Amino acid sequence: MNGKYLFSLIAVIVLFLLAYVGVETAGLQVVFGVIIPYLAILTFIIGFVYRVMGWARSPVPFRIPTTCGQHKSLPWFKQNKIDNPSSTLGVIARMALEILCFRSLFRNIRMGMNKNGRISYHLEIWLWLSALVFHYSFLVVIVRHLRFFTEPVPLPITLTEKLDAFFQVGLPVFYMSGFALLAALLFLLARRLFIAQVKYISLAADFFPLFLLIGIAFTGLMMRYLTKTDIVGVKELAMGLVTFHPTIPAGISWLFYVHLFFVSILLICFPFSKLMHMGGIFLSPTRNLTTDTRARRYVNPWNYPVALHTYEEYENEFREKMIDVGLPVDKQPVAKAPEEKE
Amino acid sequence: MKNLPKPNEFFSNIDHRPPKETDWMKTPIDIRKGMYCYASNPKSVEYLGLPYPRQWNPLEDDWKLPDNWQQIIHEGFRELLDKFRSFKVFMDICVRCGACADKCHFFIGTGDPKNMPVLRAELLRSVYRNDFTKVGKILGKIGGARPMTLAVLKEWWYYFFQCTECRRCSVFCPYGIDTAEITIMGRELLNLLGLNIDWIATPVANCYRTGNHLGIQPHAFKDMLDFFTEDIEELTGIDVSPNFNKKGADILFITPSGDVFADPGTYTCMGYMMLFHYLKVKYGLDVTWSTYASEGGNFGFFTSHETMKRLNSKMYMEAKRLGVKWILGGECGHMWRVINQYMDTMNGPADFLEEPVSPITGTKFENAKSTKMVHICEFTADLIKHDKLELDPGRNDKFKVTYHDSCNPARGMGLLDEPRYVINKVCNHFYEMPANTIREQTFCCGSGAGLNAGEDMELRMAGGLPRANAVKHVHEKFGVNMLSCICAIDRAVFPDLMAYWVPEVDVTGIHELVANALVMPGETEKTTDLRAEPLLGMEEQADE
Repeated sequence: MNGKYLFSLIAVIVLFLLAYVGVETAGLQVVFGVIIPYLAILTFIIGFVYRVMGWARSPVPFRIPTTCGQHKSLPWFKQNKIDNPSSTLGVIARMALEILCFRSLFRNIRMGMNKNGRISYHLEIWLWLSALVFHYSFLVVIVRHLRFFTEPVPLPITLTEKLDAFFQVGLPVFYMSGFALLAALLFLLARRLFIAQVKYISLAADFFPLFLLIGIAFTGLMMRYLTKTDIVGVKELAMGLVTFHPTIPAGISWLFYVHLFFVSILLICFPFSKLMHMGGIFLSPTRNLTTDTRARRYVNPWNYPVALHTYEEYENEFREKMIDVGLPVDKQPVAKAPEEKE
Repeated sequence: MKNLPKPNEFFSNIDHRPPKETDWMKTPIDIRKGMYCYASNPKSVEYLGLPYPRQWNPLEDDWKLPDNWQQIIHEGFRELLDKFRSFKVFMDICVRCGACADKCHFFIGTGDPKNMPVLRAELLRSVYRNDFTKVGKILGKIGGARPMTLAVLKEWWYYFFQCTECRRCSVFCPYGIDTAEITIMGRELLNLLGLNIDWIATPVANCYRTGNHLGIQPHAFKDMLDFFTEDIEELTGIDVSPNFNKKGADILFITPSGDVFADPGTYTCMGYMMLFHYLKVKYGLDVTWSTYASEGGNFGFFTSHETMKRLNSKMYMEAKRLGVKWILGGECGHMWRVINQYMDTMNGPADFLEEPVSPITGTKFENAKSTKMVHICEFTADLIKHDKLELDPGRNDKFKVTYHDSCNPARGMGLLDEPRYVINKVCNHFYEMPANTIREQTFCCGSGAGLNAGEDMELRMAGGLPRANAVKHVHEKFGVNMLSCICAIDRAVFPDLMAYWVPEVDVTGIHELVANALVMPGETEKTTDLRAEPLLGMEEQADE
């Protein structure tokens, strides 16, 4: 058995039980509805800032962008201004494509080895597609959830909801994003479980956020489509949290507390996990720097003098040999003092 | 080569399935003959003043490490994290999506899962988590952390010298995580314990002392170029004697010493000499070579940032001493990553040089105005564009040429179209390899970053397989018989790679092709190319 995903799965199940028992048996609604969410958001913000500051503390000594297209050189060669950006504008475009469209992941190809001794490469869009679906549907879900924290609900949120419910099929309103989110997560999980190479490189730390997110999506969908949830109560609790007048309305089901607890755990784990790629991508020196490295000097803050082998030392060692073959020298050999004649 | 299986056996033995149900951390390290390079010669390490010079053997259990080696690694690790944001970020943000896995030529050619870029980086990350993150410390193995042990150290050494720092994986990584950067850091840490390979350590020591990797002393360097001069005179009837260490020349020319030393790079070197002579006679351009800065390449780059800087310093120092206007650089791979992304920062500003302008065409090389070093492909492309070279591409008609983008000019610079422009002007038959194997997606020769030794031939044939396979494709489809490149390591290693995988294909530099096509004023009728092989349709004349 692969202990890595089992460990993560069990961890998420334990978390589920904690919240369930905590609310249903121990009546710890205040803990799960107020204290932990507050701690979580605090941990998230402080942790995130701390990590980004940590990265920022280390300097970028060299400009090392990965160039993915023709550089700017002579005027008749067409520069690839985005994949080899010599200007800040180009870098912004490159970063925007990277962050908003996962440009590099879109390049993904799959290598195959044929029996006839050929290696072939095929377009492989599934990782890119599932990653894109996951991130965007998650974003839409988060934006939609802001309706719980705002009164009146701002227009952009209602607009997002409308767009998300484009394919309306009966009641309750059917939001695409929730299902897309779950589907993408299941696909990403399946990759880790069934593609041998991806399974081999996966750590428990890769499975845990997946299981946790699946838990979040699943409990969310359950509440929306299968069980009756006291929406008014949930909104009251959420508004209480954001206005710093926390209350615990009666009648909110345990399922909601499990959902909220999962989200809290995600926020707590975020700064200490690979999820920090959200911040890190902005700081990646192979993407966020201009490539005009020969045109504009870049200064390394810790550049220090090093031991050198000067021309003088070189000539001192080889002077005779150089003179013998007619190579120019800076210093003529010291002529042997002529013996004094008596 | 003789110990290798037959190519088709080699190919069908590659298995990309990872071991079943085995944790990679539990897979013991197996340092296998043919897959590693010999340990550094202590004399070379000592000459450079680098730490812990000693005789040691990777196959022996005892690597004769200093007692506090773990502490040295830990402190070195911390220092690198504090100095390089790239390193810190790359340690933290990988999500192990696996997009990089089958992009690595070493993984494709060996099937060894630790050659997946992600796992190569995890070799360091696992120790990073243990030593520098609280979560890693608390969770231990389940958190992907492990303490630094001798087995881990050996794994580092083995796999950081199975990476050619080609950056192909970083093109595909959604966060731009660059395994070259990871390997550079890993090797820098290993060097703190004197754990280099000799194919790097000795060239570095040579370069520091004699000015070039091969240890050619000034008189011998001159002799070798004089020898080429004689060869060229025999072929063309023209004396192209170059300048050496000439003060007040217009341009200092620096190229890898590999091209002075071994075929087929020597023909590229002869190509430079003919081009410069042509420009001198026709336009009065005064180019000088230097015996002190007689190396374009920089194996210091494969040792540590400091060593890279020490070797690179000679370029500017020599340009200053000779009082040239600017520097012209020859065809080389990693040399150009160092010049493009490091040199000005490390050893600049080069305010004693002029912003490079071609005295022949008047073209300003705006893109090199700070570093003041121009790539010869830019320079030649500009000459051809302005019709300054008399060329007869028909002289290359027996060649069906394809072009290999060297990793560093492609992914550390973006020099993609200049060489193609030049090739198309000097050859009539040019064919591209498949799109996923060229330009920014180019495959490494499999022997870069100091791995072009003789003892690791199996590794080299594995790493070069994807490139060779693409050459094979155009060989079978278009009859390609000449693989051109702009890297001296390529020229040194492709003949072996081709001999093994695609024996019908030969190797050349771009400026060999240029020189073949160049119509020199006053030349005798050309019946052969630079290799003294008859031109197409000139077989009889050449025999006379």
